[in-house]
Formats: sequence, C-alpha cells, structure tokens
Amino acid sequence: MGILEVKDVGKRFGGLQALSDVNLSVKENTCHAIIGPNGAGKSTLLNCLIGKLIPDSGSVMFDGQSVLGRAPHEINQMGISRVFQTPEIFGDLSVMENMMIPIFAKRDGNFELNAIGSVFGNKDVVEAAEAMLEEMNMADKRHMHAAAMSRGDKRRLEIGMCLSQQPRLLLLDEPTAGMARADTNNTIDLLREIKEERDITIAIIEHDMHVVFSLADRITVLAQGTPLVEDEPEKIKGNPKVREAYLGESA
Amino acid sequence: MFGLDRKDTRLLILVAILTMAAPFLLNPFPEGSAMAQFNAGYPDLMQRFVIFGIFAIGFNILFGLTGYLSFGHAAFLGVGSYAAIWMMKLLTMNVIPAIFMGVIFGGLFAVIVGYISLRRSGIYFSILTLAFAQMSFALAYSVLTPITGGETGLQPKTNDPRILDGTLADGATPKANIFGLEMSSSFELPLGSWLFTFNTGYYLAAFVMLASFYVAIRIFRSPFGMMLRAVKSNQQRMTYTGLNPRPYTLAAFVISGMYAGLAGGLMVAMDTQVGPERMFWTASGEVVLMTILGGVGTLIGPVLGAGAIKYMENIISKINSDILHTWFAFLPDGLEDLVVTLIYPFIGKGWHLTLGIIFMLVVIFLPGGLVEGGQRIAKLFSRKKADDNTSDVAKAPAE
Ligand SMILES: Nc1ncnc2c1ncn2[C@@H]1O[C@H](COP(=O)(O)OP(=O)(O)OP(=O)(O)O)[C@@H](O)[C@H]1O
Ligand SMILES: [Mg+2]
Repeated sequence: MGILEVKDVGKRFGGLQALSDVNLSVKENTCHAIIGPNGAGKSTLLNCLIGKLIPDSGSVMFDGQSVLGRAPHEINQMGISRVFQTPEIFGDLSVMENMMIPIFAKRDGNFELNAIGSVFGNKDVVEAAEAMLEEMNMADKRHMHAAAMSRGDKRRLEIGMCLSQQPRLLLLDEPTAGMARADTNNTIDLLREIKEERDITIAIIEHDMHVVFSLADRITVLAQGTPLVEDEPEKIKGNPKVREAYLGESA
Repeated sequence: MFGLDRKDTRLLILVAILTMAAPFLLNPFPEGSAMAQFNAGYPDLMQRFVIFGIFAIGFNILFGLTGYLSFGHAAFLGVGSYAAIWMMKLLTMNVIPAIFMGVIFGGLFAVIVGYISLRRSGIYFSILTLAFAQMSFALAYSVLTPITGGETGLQPKTNDPRILDGTLADGATPKANIFGLEMSSSFELPLGSWLFTFNTGYYLAAFVMLASFYVAIRIFRSPFGMMLRAVKSNQQRMTYTGLNPRPYTLAAFVISGMYAGLAGGLMVAMDTQVGPERMFWTASGEVVLMTILGGVGTLIGPVLGAGAIKYMENIISKINSDILHTWFAFLPDGLEDLVVTLIYPFIGKGWHLTLGIIFMLVVIFLPGGLVEGGQRIAKLFSRKKADDNTSDVAKAPAE
C-alpha cells in the first residue's frame, strides 16, 4: 500500500477527457516521476490530488485517508505541498516573508489571530526561514521583493517554501523549467539530499530527462490522460511504447 | 519602544506630537488677519480630523492589507453612532460606555455583513457591502424609526431614563462628559493676536486616535498582518500553503468595522446627535477617497488623507466670492472680476470640484498617495544633501 493511492480517476473538461482510469500508487519515501507529452494530463492529475480540481470519478487516498471533498488548505495540512508549473509565490512580499508564511502555517495551522506580536519576534520561525533560504542559496535576496526575482529564483523560492513545511508528500510540477543548468543541478542535489535525509515522498512531473533519471525510483508515463506504463527508470528508457508516445508528440 | 522597531516608534512619536500640538500647528495665522480663515485649529474641525483619521485607519486595515474594497463602511460608523446615543439616553451622558458600545456594535454588525459579503471577492464584494450599507440607511431612515428616530435622528432628551446619572437640575440640558468634565469645555490661550483653543473633546478623541494608530502599527507588523498581505498578494498560494483566507479576511473586516464603530461613537461623544445620513453611500465613498488620497496600505496615509479632505470640506467650502474679491482687490477691476469668476466654481459649494481635481492628480501622478509625495520630496532633499557633502550619507530607500 503506497502513501498515495490514486484509483480509477477520471476528469472531463467539456468534450475533452483529460484523465481516464488513472491508477497510481506511490510508495512511501520514494521519488515517483510522471512524464508524458504536453497536454497528457499531468498537471490535471496533480490538481486532483490537492483539491484544486475534483475528479469526476475514482478515489484519491493519502496515508489511508481520502483527500476528496477536503478544502485545499486542509489537504496541505495533511502533509501535501505542491510546487506549481508557473511559480506561485507572494509577489508583493519580501523573499523572507514568503519563506516565513508556510512555516507559520505549519506551526499555527490554517488560521491564527496573532495580531499583536511582531512577525520577527517569532524567533523559531525566523531561524527556520533563514536556514531554508541559506539552503536554497537565497540568503542574499531575503529583502528583495519576490516579484522582482528571475523566473528561476521564483521557482527555487517556491520549492524552498514547500520544503520548509516538511511535507510528507511533495508534488513538483516541472520544478526546473526556466532554470539555468547550474540551478537545475543545484535543485537535483537539494532534492536528493532531502530525499535521503528526511522522510519524504516526492512525485515529480518533469520534461528534463536528466532530472528524471537523476531522481526517480519509479516512472509513470502518461499519454492522453491514461498511464501507459509504470516501471523502473532503466526499463522505461528502452520501452518502445514510451518512445512512440514521445516521438508521436514532438518529432 | 512599546514593542515597535525604531522607525515605527519615531512615526508614532511624530504623530503624537502633531496631534497634541494641533491647536497650535493648525492655527498659524493671527485672529482677524486675511489668512485667518485658513486656520483649522478650532475644536469642531480638529475633532473631525482625528475621528475620520480613526475611520480611515481602520478602513485601511481591510482595504490596504487584504485589497478587499468595501463600499459600505459608513454603515458601521452609523451603527456605532446609534449604539452610542442609546447609551447616552439609557445609561449615562458619560462618553465611556457610549464609545465602548459603538465599538462593540460596529464589530457585531461587521461580523454579519462580512460573513455574507466575503463569500465573493473583487467587484462583487464591493457591491454587496454597498448594498448592505444602503439597506442600513433605508432601515434607519424609515423602517426602524422607533430605534433610529427616522429622518430627524436622535439626540439626548431631558426626560430620558439615564439610569446611572442623577436627575438633571431644572432647566439643565444633558451634556456629554467624561466623569463630569464636559466634552465641549475648552481652555483658551490668547497669545499676542493669536488665540489657541484646547478642547476636552478634541484631546479625548486625539488620545483614542493615537491608541488606534498604535494598534494599527502592531497589526501591520504582526503575523496576522503579514497573512492579510498574503491574501492580497496570492490567495491561491495561500490556500495551497495550508492557510484559510476566509477567517483572515473576516477578522480584518470585523476589526475595521470596530474602528468605524469607534469613530461613530466618538462622533456622538463630540456632538450628541445622529441621523441616518451618516450611513449614506457618499459617506462610505469618502473614506475610500481618504485612504487612496493619503496612500493605500501605508500607516500614516489614511490619517493624512482624512485630514486633507476634511480640511478642504471645511475651509475651501467657506470661501465665498466676497472673500475672493478682497483677496484680488489689488488687481485692476476687470481683471479682478475675471480671476474671481475663474476661481469661483472651485470654492464654496464647489469644493467637491477642487477635491475631484486634486484626487485625480494624486491618483495619476502619485499612485502611492500623499505618502508617496512626501517620500519623493524627502528623497529629493536627501539626494541634495548627499551631493553637497560627498560623505557616505545613507541614501536609504524610502519604504
Ligand atoms: N481547467 C481546465 N479547463 C479546461 N481544460 C483544461 C483545464 N486544465 C487542463 N485542461 C486541458 O486538459 C489537458 C491536459 O492538460 P494538463 O495541463 O494536465 O497537461 P500537462 O500534461 O500538464 O501538459 P504540459 O506538459 O504542457 O504541462 C489539456 O488539453 C488542457 O488544455
Ligand atoms: Mg502541466
């Protein structure tokens, strides 16, 4: 039994069957990659896991509990954090504040009327945020407006924000898109380190095969809304069906 | 100091000095001089400055931090006023219970309105709040006449129960007071040809304003305040970070409703009467203008905006054509008439025109409001200084 169990999930947008009969089981403390051509339904699948979309059919279980019918903030509080395909950060706030908000959310829950103490009086939160910024190599940018950063930096910030919550399941939607090669490698190293040091399960969508093969323990190939194959990385590489799905898309 | 960092402490002290010295600062022109009509240091107007300052500070906690634009905040001010006047009719002419109940009722009403309106955001939220405020106005104006006094409103009467006060002496009228000290009592200080008035009501309102300002600073700097800014910045990220934006926005809404109720209670303490027009939609619009004019989301902006608008409303509206003629009497007759004719639409009842033009200029050229204007001027000076002496004067970016 995996920590994440997706059973027979289907999702339709008007005339488009974006997902059909999706079954996916992610084992605890592994890294599971989901790959597939553009429009395969990868992001849609993640949306169904975090409460952004409600599937038309099927079930989604996290750690033995259903996530369907729960509000997004409740699902996060269960231990699922997500990095989006286009960075979702608090653009009007400073980098440091961006990093502190998820830590407050983890510490205080989904609502806390803490209106009199100063933000920076919460030493535990400040320290945790500073440590995470250090880990993401962003300590020098802490006073910057988050919106003013490069796309790659925004993405790293978002990854850091998710990691700072110490989620049990981390969902990454193309985390290295828009990053320079060096940053991509840093991110791979960081995720590897985290995977080894912490009890964390990672589900990652990625087009960059270098990233996929560096991190993944298992790979699911999604095409036209259905899983095509699921296997170990080595076996996926030589699978003719996979080549076809990709070559059919981008020649 | 007071749990604030140095910059905020300085700002608080500055505001404290300005409000305490207002009777001097706002009366720079000698009595009877041609410029005396620009003096704003009389109790009635000074009270309005600080009371509308409180109203705008509270409004800014909602609008400035969360970005939710309420077009119905005058309703909370009105409810606070009615609660206050009923305290004066039933309990005592001491203003403390009146002000306290103003806050409570403003907050309670905000819980209801906020709970419903916050189901929508953007323009729909604004329209819902506006609808609530107009319904409140209509209720106060006619339906609830037994409670609100309808069109004529309410004021304390000699035969009200007032269970905590002793019976009034024959012929005496009920006067708002704080433990016996009447709100309307003043100490007048003539200095040369100047006359300075220190009014009890003003100082009470000013102290309350300072306290409100202090609380607002604490809220701005707190984790709660940061979450409110997160609501404005990216609600999507917020929910997927495990935070529920709804109670945050509702709390901000209720806090700002309490500020409005406080302002309403103070208004009654200063001038013991209420009418439904206090809840009219123009009153709700005014606090929006104040906040934007001063600087949305800044600490001091709403206070400046409230001051600027109340100053124009009371001073520019008093200028009439006779006054203009005396000012421009030095010009040749024909030219004098021309100048007066040109200026005339902008004064007296035309003060709204002046306000509109100033508002447009500020929004277009200073989107950050008067605060941004101040920062630009300060920057200009600090740059000059830095140029004068090439020492390492910190060109601190204005925040
Ligand atoms: N909210 C939506 N409403 C309608 N159609 C949608 C919606 N979200 C996704 N789709 C459609 O569903 C299909 C799958 O989209 P999805 O974003 O999941 O693909 P993806 O595998 O993530 O692709 P990419 O690699 O380009 O990110 C696409 O055809 C997309 O246009
Ligand atoms: Mg996608």
